[in-house]
Amino acid sequence: MSLWVWLLLSCLFAYAWKLVGYLLPASLLQNPRVSRMAGTMTIGLLASLTIVNTLASGQALVLDARLGALAAAAAALFLRAPFLVVVLAGAGAAALLRLAGWN
Amino acid sequence: MPITWPPNLLRSPAVRVGLSISVATGLYGVSFGALSVTSGLDFWQTMALSLLLFSGGSQFAFIGVVAGGGSGLAAMGAATLLGMRNGIYGMQLNVLLRPRGWRRYAAAQLTIDESTATSTGQSDPAEQQRGFWAAGIGIFVLWNVFTAVGALAGGALGDPKQWGLDGAAVAAFLGLLWPRLKGREPVAIAVVCALATVLAVPFVPAGVPILIAAVVAAVIGWLSHGRKDEGLEPDIDPYTERHPGHHPGTGHHPGTGQYGAGQYKGNGTSPGGAK
Repeated sequence: MSLWVWLLLSCLFAYAWKLVGYLLPASLLQNPRVSRMAGTMTIGLLASLTIVNTLASGQALVLDARLGALAAAAAALFLRAPFLVVVLAGAGAAALLRLAGWN
Repeated sequence: MPITWPPNLLRSPAVRVGLSISVATGLYGVSFGALSVTSGLDFWQTMALSLLLFSGGSQFAFIGVVAGGGSGLAAMGAATLLGMRNGIYGMQLNVLLRPRGWRRYAAAQLTIDESTATSTGQSDPAEQQRGFWAAGIGIFVLWNVFTAVGALAGGALGDPKQWGLDGAAVAAFLGLLWPRLKGREPVAIAVVCALATVLAVPFVPAGVPILIAAVVAAVIGWLSHGRKDEGLEPDIDPYTERHPGHHPGTGHHPGTGQYGAGQYKGNGTSPGGAK
């Protein structure tokens, strides 16, 4: 039940972010420092989410089949594959490595 | 251009871009739905995220933190921080589209990476309008339909690891990050934040390392203010042809002209990229 609360609060804040841009005077948000921080935070968050999903298991760091998924996805992205192919490459690599016995 | 409904609407370049992005992004909703239910959310929680939160990057962040054993508070924190850029988009779109009355509240909900990129990629004001609404509504509908498909199918899969769904999450985040890594500085920021995350994982509860990385990134952004910001501004730039020499994807857009959907891909913005 408590997950619902956090989930709905997340939805509320997400909408608040979106709406605030329409309600504030444009000049306020045209601050280049704010815009730049939004850019660096997006990169930082996505890098962090990538590495957490690759290496973390609770509070432990583990090397498992997800490392293969990361490599396969990077290869697909390097070859400019469409997004869906990238995701499938990641899933396929992890599944195959597990089938081969590497967890 | 006179607005005649609907045959001429489909001839609008902005509408065509918007609809092709809708299909590509919408399909990707399958992986969100499947990953969400295997992360421990139920069907309706998954649908609530797609219907109400409706911002792919934030949605993946939320379920990513939950899947890693993080608290609801940490999940909310990551999702909310990732949603910050939508506020910047809203400011830009407000200037371009000037929605009034209820349209302003609808436009806000549809303000995501793809609808913003579709709209700001047009130069004609009427096309900017059509591009925004076509992409926004198209993605909203298809993203939710395919989220439902993925959530229903995902629950029937059994052990998600057997199918590599945790690997799919890794790939999805890397795919969202990849188009932003243009130039040395974004790469350096990504590496520093990844390192900060790895160092933090053993010492703090799950989910918190992501927030630490966000703070590190914010500090970098604050301190490096005023320097060359290539690749760090919000996602509008994939459309502005700032780096014509760096995009080998030209083969993607035969004959689609200035507004072609292929150009969207050719410039490295993945469909579904961090809405």
